[in-house]
Amino acid sequence: MTISIRNLEKVYKLGTEKGKALEVRALDGVTLDIEQNEYVAIMGTSGSGKSTLMNILGCLDKPTGGQYSLSGIPVHKMSSAALARVRNEQIGFVFQSFELLAKQTALKNVTLPMVYSRTNWIGARKRAKVALERVGLGERLTHRPNQLSGGQRQRVAVARALVNNPSILLADEPTGNLDSTTTEEIIALFQELHDAGQTIVIVTHEEEVAGQAKRIVRLRDGKVMSDFPTEEDPIHQEFLRAKAATAMRLAEEVAT
Amino acid sequence: MILLSPVMMILRVLSQTVVLALAQIYNNKIRTMLTTLGIVVAVGSIILIMGSLSGMQRGVLSEFEQFGAKRVFMDGTLPPSWRGKLNWREVQLQQEEVDAIREHVTSLDKLCAMYFGAYDIQYEEIILESVRTTGIEPSWHDIENREIMEGRRFSSIDIEQASNVCVINEKAIEELNLPKDAVGEFILLSGRRFIIVGIVETIERSAMFGGGDTQTEMYIPISTAMNLNPDGWINYAQGEMKNPDDADNVVAEISFVLRKMRGIEPDQDDTFDVQVMQNIIDDFNKIAFVMTLITGLVVLVSLIVGGIGIMNIMLVSVSERTREIGLRKAMGAHPIVILMQFLVEAVVLCLAGAAVGIAVGQLCLMGVRNMPIEMLKDAAAPFWAIALSAGLSAAAGIGFGMFPAIRASLLNPIDALRHE
Repeated sequence: MTISIRNLEKVYKLGTEKGKALEVRALDGVTLDIEQNEYVAIMGTSGSGKSTLMNILGCLDKPTGGQYSLSGIPVHKMSSAALARVRNEQIGFVFQSFELLAKQTALKNVTLPMVYSRTNWIGARKRAKVALERVGLGERLTHRPNQLSGGQRQRVAVARALVNNPSILLADEPTGNLDSTTTEEIIALFQELHDAGQTIVIVTHEEEVAGQAKRIVRLRDGKVMSDFPTEEDPIHQEFLRAKAATAMRLAEEVAT
Repeated sequence: MILLSPVMMILRVLSQTVVLALAQIYNNKIRTMLTTLGIVVAVGSIILIMGSLSGMQRGVLSEFEQFGAKRVFMDGTLPPSWRGKLNWREVQLQQEEVDAIREHVTSLDKLCAMYFGAYDIQYEEIILESVRTTGIEPSWHDIENREIMEGRRFSSIDIEQASNVCVINEKAIEELNLPKDAVGEFILLSGRRFIIVGIVETIERSAMFGGGDTQTEMYIPISTAMNLNPDGWINYAQGEMKNPDDADNVVAEISFVLRKMRGIEPDQDDTFDVQVMQNIIDDFNKIAFVMTLITGLVVLVSLIVGGIGIMNIMLVSVSERTREIGLRKAMGAHPIVILMQFLVEAVVLCLAGAAVGIAVGQLCLMGVRNMPIEMLKDAAAPFWAIALSAGLSAAAGIGFGMFPAIRASLLNPIDALRHE
């Protein structure tokens, strides 16, 4: 079991009003297991708690209640300093806005997580090179982010996320800043990584992107609303049908 | 396994943060220059002031040393507690007192009574008015370290008989238009015939000890000088001790002899003054130390002002790079590593300022050395001043960089990543 969460809660205290504590229950008892080599999409409207769940899964934030164990380590009890090490060794992040260091080359950007690693700094340059080759940027090692396209930047970010061989790859709206062509590029890359055995958790609000995952977890109001394999997910199936119908209608219109 | 040890980790992170900090400085050249100006000025002034001060101190001390660290001076003084009971004439040293000191103070090697007079001197047609004429004893040559170039010193017979003999310097020969070999010539001193028995060498001295332009000098035996003046007292006596470390003993022994001879009661003040060169050097060193301390304080204040500038720019840097901090934390940077990154950056900034400041200070010192001031001729920043200014700058970097660095290290990674 790579990820195991039980009754996870995250409550934000906003102060008190008229003697009553004002609080927001961003996560309200989430229970979820993610096995090794799964490819899971987490979906939900804004305010559903998906970002909060993502932050806790990525050890960037601590839950206020419940248990979370990552690769068997109970991380919900850890100090923020200890979490830094877990982030470094167990988790690879891909952000919506890439978060590359603008003044550094692709190679340097990919090297960054190894700078903070206890072991992987030996031969870091070579590892970074291999990682960039794996995402198809072997020819772009010395380019800076502003010399790369959006899709290429996100590839650099993916290479950076993978370079320490994390247990899970966490992607927060990885295609949010990309056009449809490059979105497909990145989705294909994720598929490739999944085929190679990488556990992937992706947060998205695009059904198309979620459809590539093997399992869709939907959140609403801090709770798990549904959790199905993609082909059994009713909302997604509905989406596919609607999409097919639209395509059909469009084809008919073109034909007539 | 040593490669994975925490020590190695710290060293590795440290070297990486130094590279990062240098890159940061390189990318913000103008800002860095303006920020470190305070440090540059502070360090530049440390180097300039300490260099000048220590140069001056060295200059003065070498003057003192040339003058002799073993020297002892004594003369009569009239302290306030004795006023009304004695007048200033009655406290002047007497020849007998000097002789008693010579006899009883064994830690004194040499002693010489001195009397200053001014007399008209004539050789053939040339008359020099009011020439400074000093009554001395033969030991004067050894104490002053001025040898006879031609002829001889005064002998004990000259002293005993108060002979009309004199020793002059080359300047006097020139002024009086004496023949080159002046020994054996007669001159008139205050209307009496004196035979020149020796020519004394002239030593170049700085203005501080009455040097500068060489003056016409005339020396006669102290006993002869006593006969020429009716007062009966001498101006002062100077001596040389056997061992400069004996200073306190020498002063005590001389005081003992003089107090006994003058019948001063234990509760009464001395009516004389005994000074040792070492005391004067100590006094000077104390003054120099206080001066160093005061300028040091002023410079410290400017360093603090410079440090606040550094703190300001580091706070700006932290807030500018909040997202970067968030990213680094998300990638697994330990809070202490982030703290170190910004601390090192502050220290590197300060040290860069210090390096420029040291260079500027040295340049200024070069200017100071070329100024027409004798005492500042070998002004040079001592090594400790350079080390101190670099150390203080680094300390300022740590001190003033700590707050921004702690702020950076405590940033919550999620909030930092969301920062616009």
